[in-house]
Amino acid sequence: MSEQMQQGQEPQPPQDQPKRSRLRKWTRRAFIGAGAAAGGGLVLGVGGVLLAPNRLKYLPPGATPGDGQLGTWIKISPDNLTTVLIPHCEMGQGALTGLGMLLAEELDADWNLVEIQQAPAEDVYANGYIINAFLGEVGFTPPGWLQLPLDFTAFKMADIFGIMTTGGSTSTRGTGAFGMRLAGASARAMLLEAGAEQFGVPVEELGARGSRVTHAGSGRSATYGELAALASTLDLPRRPTLKSREEFVLVGTPRQRADIPSKVVGAAQYGMDVVVPDMLYAAITKAPIPGGQLTSVDQAPARAVAGVREVVLLPDAVAVVADGYWQASQGLAALSPQFTDAGVGGVDSEQIHARHTAAIDAEPIEATLEGARAVTAEYRVPYLHHATMEPMAATARLAEGRLDVWAGTQDPLSTRRVAAEAAELDVEQVTIYNQQLGGGFGRRLPGTYDYVEQAVHVAKAISPRAVKLIWSREEDMQHGYYRPCVHSRFRAALNSMGRPLSWANRFTGSRFGDVGAATPRYGIEEIDVRAVPLPVHLRTGAWRSVAASQHGFFVESFVDELANTAGRDPFEYRRDLLEDEPRHRAVLERAAEMAQWGTALPEGHARGIAIVESFGSIVAHVAEVSVDESGSIRVHRVHSAVDCGLVVNPNGAEAQIQGGVVFGLGAALMHEITVEGGAVAQRNFPQYDMIRLAQAPVVSVSFINSGAPIGGLGEPGVPPVAPAVANAVFALTGQRLRTLPLRLT
Amino acid sequence: MVELTLNGRSVQLDVADGTPLLWAIREQTGLTGTKFGCGIGACGACTVHVGGRAVRSCSVPVESVVGQSVTTIEGLADSPTQLHPVQRAWIEHQVPQCGYCQSGMIMAVAALLESNPAPSDDEIAAAVTNICRCGTYQRIRNAVHSLAPAAEVRNV
Repeated sequence: MSEQMQQGQEPQPPQDQPKRSRLRKWTRRAFIGAGAAAGGGLVLGVGGVLLAPNRLKYLPPGATPGDGQLGTWIKISPDNLTTVLIPHCEMGQGALTGLGMLLAEELDADWNLVEIQQAPAEDVYANGYIINAFLGEVGFTPPGWLQLPLDFTAFKMADIFGIMTTGGSTSTRGTGAFGMRLAGASARAMLLEAGAEQFGVPVEELGARGSRVTHAGSGRSATYGELAALASTLDLPRRPTLKSREEFVLVGTPRQRADIPSKVVGAAQYGMDVVVPDMLYAAITKAPIPGGQLTSVDQAPARAVAGVREVVLLPDAVAVVADGYWQASQGLAALSPQFTDAGVGGVDSEQIHARHTAAIDAEPIEATLEGARAVTAEYRVPYLHHATMEPMAATARLAEGRLDVWAGTQDPLSTRRVAAEAAELDVEQVTIYNQQLGGGFGRRLPGTYDYVEQAVHVAKAISPRAVKLIWSREEDMQHGYYRPCVHSRFRAALNSMGRPLSWANRFTGSRFGDVGAATPRYGIEEIDVRAVPLPVHLRTGAWRSVAASQHGFFVESFVDELANTAGRDPFEYRRDLLEDEPRHRAVLERAAEMAQWGTALPEGHARGIAIVESFGSIVAHVAEVSVDESGSIRVHRVHSAVDCGLVVNPNGAEAQIQGGVVFGLGAALMHEITVEGGAVAQRNFPQYDMIRLAQAPVVSVSFINSGAPIGGLGEPGVPPVAPAVANAVFALTGQRLRTLPLRLT
Repeated sequence: MVELTLNGRSVQLDVADGTPLLWAIREQTGLTGTKFGCGIGACGACTVHVGGRAVRSCSVPVESVVGQSVTTIEGLADSPTQLHPVQRAWIEHQVPQCGYCQSGMIMAVAALLESNPAPSDDEIAAAVTNICRCGTYQRIRNAVHSLAPAAEVRNV
């Protein structure tokens, strides 16, 4: 294989020469194979497509021909164990297991002989399949002939920019549906080829199953382990045959998650748990107001605390380093650092909401279709925090010109770049050891690695000793990358039958403000949806289900209002408006059927329904609610119907929807980040409480295998929760609650 | 220097008075299965057993448990090959997602089942007030019910 890699236009494997600057490599080597062969085509000409290198030819450092390495991610040992390195992180979503299943399916491996590992943060595992996932979301499935060049281009871009992201519900529908399946099928073809060579028979006469190649004619067979050494000297096939869904035997069967056993005995290692010899601990406090800078601090009180070794001043924060975290936090508590207010010390939530209202006022909705029945409404949702159970933590050691960082992040290659910049080193001098994530939900995506930067700066101050920086819950709550606060105003016009003729919507935009998420799938002739840009006060980020989490609530509440104005049943009204969307209709009908929509409920209970498409999947929830004597909303049961195209691991898929419901319910009933004096007012769980067992509804989930491309599952369960609950509250009380969290007056 | 029994073994912890049990365990013994979540006893991620009772170790000064028997998630099973029934049920029902809260969750449930072997949903919710941000509650309930005496015969 290495010989093959030296030939023609194939680029060298990434480990063959040190790279000092990623961007320099772009100009020197970008698209050499593809573009040059195509005769100067900008990206990929016709010739480039035919000659595009295979992404799977990039092997891990140290791989040699004959060692059983079959492409980037698969290694088969002589004892017939298949090790799969997955270029994604595990944060409880079960993607590692699901991706391993997709690969093992195409490989025809014995599932009991497959070991799944998280790939290390190395260039060879750079991962661009997120692009495939988003192409799928806009309805584009690359034809077979384009798959290889697309994979290569995406890989090179990911390699150059240092991307290995787990997010956007893309692991299974991107890396799994494209990369893992192709990798498994490629390795299978190589093993068959090796079998043909060894048995001296035509490859067409061989079959593969259960990690074994068999020649039916002679009865001869060999395990994958016995053939792997020879197979790893052969060429990767350019277009291996993939199975049809009907041929799947492993995918679609419930499998135990590989990461669970270590999590029930306390052995799973999270970023918080890393232990490095001779390590110190650090506690930190950053300027409470966004943009604030440190002006002064008397360090003496901290230094007087037993065990405190150092006080480290950063431009916007103070860290105390000690022998243990408790001592560090005691030292920090003894300080009274002074910070500037960045000129925004007077900002509070009331002002923020007023700004949103004014922004929307400036972009009025013109009343069209005079004479039709008009319906208007205005909704709002607050800033929200991710509140991962594991507060931010990172361990760093800067010694002898090298930086080592241990942390749990949703993108270790991106983390490496951030760490390198903070240490003023090249990425080649930095090693990231990614750990299990104690929750992600978007908080550990690229662009949110402030805790890693801080750890590096503290490590620099105490070099060569290692330091573990731990954020208190209060620090974590106050320095999130919050889901943006959004206001959304609607105006619709109904015809005499109550059907909407027009739908106009203005909402305050954000970094992720997404007209797509706000555009209804209902059959309405005139749809006018516009985002109104507005600067935000707090720093914002992607929060599990991103824009769909806000606009799912707005759109599905408003359509419920239209149904009510029309005097129609909210389920039937939606179904009629989805006449041209058969997948949505089927999901809606399944949820209604599960909930026995229309039948009587116990006194004081009511149902609400909502349906939202996001990340390539369609989810409908029916929520059953009641209101207790104190006026608190209680959700007893949620029925969920899901079309994610194909269910890979039913066990893990169900868990994602169950968890998504609880996550969405917290936002619907409890959560609100407010601003006082320019800073986040919430400090710990008493002010930002969570759904616990007592509030957790019974969730029943039903999947529809529609045959559509694989959709995401980590996020799509969240968006329909709040509107389903709000709609049920309306059905029960007649009160239309247009603000989250839902509170009866 | 504080002496106590940790997972059946006598240990001496070199920590200052006032140090929460959580940090003494995590930093002095290398046992990191007990998690830091909130530091104020609100989330339960740090739950351990002290004298068989579920206790939130982030809010217990280490000197208050001198001479007592403390059990962490690492000491719950009789041996690495013979997991505690709650741990087995957690695997069978595929409870954990990110898993960060699950050490505390398992310890809280194990303590509950010692005093109430067949709790109702309401009794589980009243006794186990730990937070799980991933939302694994339904599987937690199912797993606990699978351990009720009728089901337990199978496990013994």
